Amino acid sequence: MPDNAARLLIRGGTVLDPAQGLNDRRDVLVADGKVAAVEAGLDGHPDARDARVIDATGRVVVPGFIDLHVHLREPGFEHKEDIASGSRAAAAGGFTTVVCMPNTQPVLDTRVAIEEVRRRARHVGLVNVLPAGTVTKGSRGEELAELGDMREGGAVLFTDDGVPVRNAEVMRCALEYGRSFGVPIGQHAEDPDLSAGGVMHLGAVSSRLGLRGIPSASEASVVARDALLAGLTGGHLHVLHVSAAETVEFVRWAKARGIRVTAEVAPHHLILTDEAVRDSGYDTNTKVNPPLRSEADRRALLDGLRDGTIDAIATDHAPHHVDDKDVEYDLAAFGISGLETAVAALLTYLVGPGTLPLSLVVEKLTAGPARVLGLDKGSLRPGADADLTVLDLEREWVVNPERFYSKGRNTPLAGRRLVGGPVLTVVGGRVVMEEGRVRSSGVSTPEGLYRYA
Amino acid sequence: MAWKRKDVLGLEEFGRDEVELVLDTADSMHEILRRPIKKVPTLRGKTVVTLFYEPSTRTRTSFELAAKYMSADTVSIATATSSVQKGETLRDTARNLEVMGADCFVVRHGMSGAPHFLARVLEAPVINAGDGMHEHPTQGLLDLYTMRRRKGRLEGLRVAIIGDVAHSRVARSDIWGLLKFGAEVRVAGPTTLLPLGFEELGVKVFHRVEDALEGADVVNVLRLQLERQKRGLFPTVREYAKFWGIGRERLALAQPDVLLMHPGPMNRGVEITTEVADGLHSAILEQVTNGVAVRMALLYLLLGAAEAERPGEPRPVEAGAARAGGED
Repeated sequence: MPDNAARLLIRGGTVLDPAQGLNDRRDVLVADGKVAAVEAGLDGHPDARDARVIDATGRVVVPGFIDLHVHLREPGFEHKEDIASGSRAAAAGGFTTVVCMPNTQPVLDTRVAIEEVRRRARHVGLVNVLPAGTVTKGSRGEELAELGDMREGGAVLFTDDGVPVRNAEVMRCALEYGRSFGVPIGQHAEDPDLSAGGVMHLGAVSSRLGLRGIPSASEASVVARDALLAGLTGGHLHVLHVSAAETVEFVRWAKARGIRVTAEVAPHHLILTDEAVRDSGYDTNTKVNPPLRSEADRRALLDGLRDGTIDAIATDHAPHHVDDKDVEYDLAAFGISGLETAVAALLTYLVGPGTLPLSLVVEKLTAGPARVLGLDKGSLRPGADADLTVLDLEREWVVNPERFYSKGRNTPLAGRRLVGGPVLTVVGGRVVMEEGRVRSSGVSTPEGLYRYA
Repeated sequence: MAWKRKDVLGLEEFGRDEVELVLDTADSMHEILRRPIKKVPTLRGKTVVTLFYEPSTRTRTSFELAAKYMSADTVSIATATSSVQKGETLRDTARNLEVMGADCFVVRHGMSGAPHFLARVLEAPVINAGDGMHEHPTQGLLDLYTMRRRKGRLEGLRVAIIGDVAHSRVARSDIWGLLKFGAEVRVAGPTTLLPLGFEELGVKVFHRVEDALEGADVVNVLRLQLERQKRGLFPTVREYAKFWGIGRERLALAQPDVLLMHPGPMNRGVEITTEVADGLHSAILEQVTNGVAVRMALLYLLLGAAEAERPGEPRPVEAGAARAGGED
């Protein structure tokens, strides 16, 4: 019997499913890759008879987490990450669905490239990998890529992430043309003139450290422009990795006007500030784009989550090789490897102290991102794909990047003691991670395979 | 107090007593510099590497002479190209030198934080000889030393730092050092060259240079990097000199016994006029001499102090060591 047809009974846990408004003790029965029932006392259910029983007593059962923003680096940068290692990292972190960014080498700007990534991901067979395609050919910001054809090939989002769509007219056309297919256009909001040479947030800390700063206006000015363009065209703008308080205000303003804008925020922007660059003594693992910003920005992002301005929490998982980080701060690559610490860090630093309720964080990792993409996922409704995650809110562990499944060990959280995290990940009814161990997928790209090719 | 620091990366993290220990030790070193034979055996057998990724004459020579006056061997590596252009990483370059036996690294680098990176990688002490726009702690110490020698104190001194404070590592080190001693620090320059958020540290920020100069005990004029003009931070050198250049008239707004300083190299006629640079108030050449003494003091504290404590060995800086010990 293929194991995706196996039955699972997850018994005794608290089921927290914000989409259905559930937050009480229930069993979850999985059959044939779908959620069969979510009720109390399912022991006697006919389908439960030969099911594998997993005891979730004292734990929280949630819909599988959906990450709108990861970099799997394949093809082209397999020394940083590949689809197999990134899928393992996702499973380890409790994510059942990830959207992978198209800034690979070559970039994902054609249907054939989109289909190839999906084919490889299916071959790995751990989590759902949904590719994003580029907005413009070659991510050059000039001519629209074939959004329709890529959409048919399985692309769920379009973005030139890594770089912004700089030209306002190109952005206007993308939003307008994207309407034909009902796809969101994701913007990496950055004004390259304002951010040129910058390596951290522009503020008192950058001033003290003597590092060139990236002003919040670099992000917010582009978001203001694009919100107006979304209003003009009726297109769907998705703002990637919001980091600045001003950006939150512009998104809030646009939503209040009925403009179709959605937004995501990364865990590191919710947890850390620019002080981390100073406290760590220029640790390049704090270098990320957009940069870690001020405490006021961090608070504004939290408010944006609370009032619904920000729809989703997305890791912006950006794995890098040690060679890209073990250099001078100015020369280091931007990015944080986030898949394996995101949920635990949110639980430790935001849910634990009571800053955000658990249900809100779960919503922003499940139903929230599903709504951004119009995906039929993110809930444990009977009949839904059996993607689910079990959390242990008491599990304590110390972040040791050497033990990451990701090839990217670049995290500013190394050595931190985290409380709470995912202990079981189920994708399509199949257990892919249990107590921290990811099921072997059978395939992986040997490290460095393409590196010197 | 006893010296505990492995590296000298910036004055921000220095305690006031540590700064005092360096300045007191520098007094003894200054005495050595006045001897007819300027050589003590303190660092015999030690090797000091100066690793400079940016051009420098003054600072590198100052460190090399400081080491030589104490009998250390010196190796000087200057490269105009960055490590990346050279094809070798900073880590690899430094580790190679360390396994050849280097006992101390003096590092100048155009990127802020590069010495901090090396300090993590190397077991040998690292002295920051200027990193990007961050700090230049030995310049800060020699500036403090010069002010203390000439004014007899640092407490309560009104010090005006004029010019491109935003991009100046000298200004940052001076500011951190001065604030620890309760000096009044004023900065002035075009708004585009003033740093963000320094008011919160207790620095008084002025937009009109005249306001900053009023009643100042010390005026420290910063070098204007002419490439800032190309970045659009000020329109012309002429306009800069007109509104922020320090000449006789502006200097007259300060105290009659004002001390005029400049870290060098000077753009005469731009940020400072020749009349005042070479005038009665100028301590600019004295700063350079003091720089050697301060660097000798640091090398001694980082490399020589522990061994000098061993019985039977000569104690080359009795005065400084004794005084420092008494102040703990």
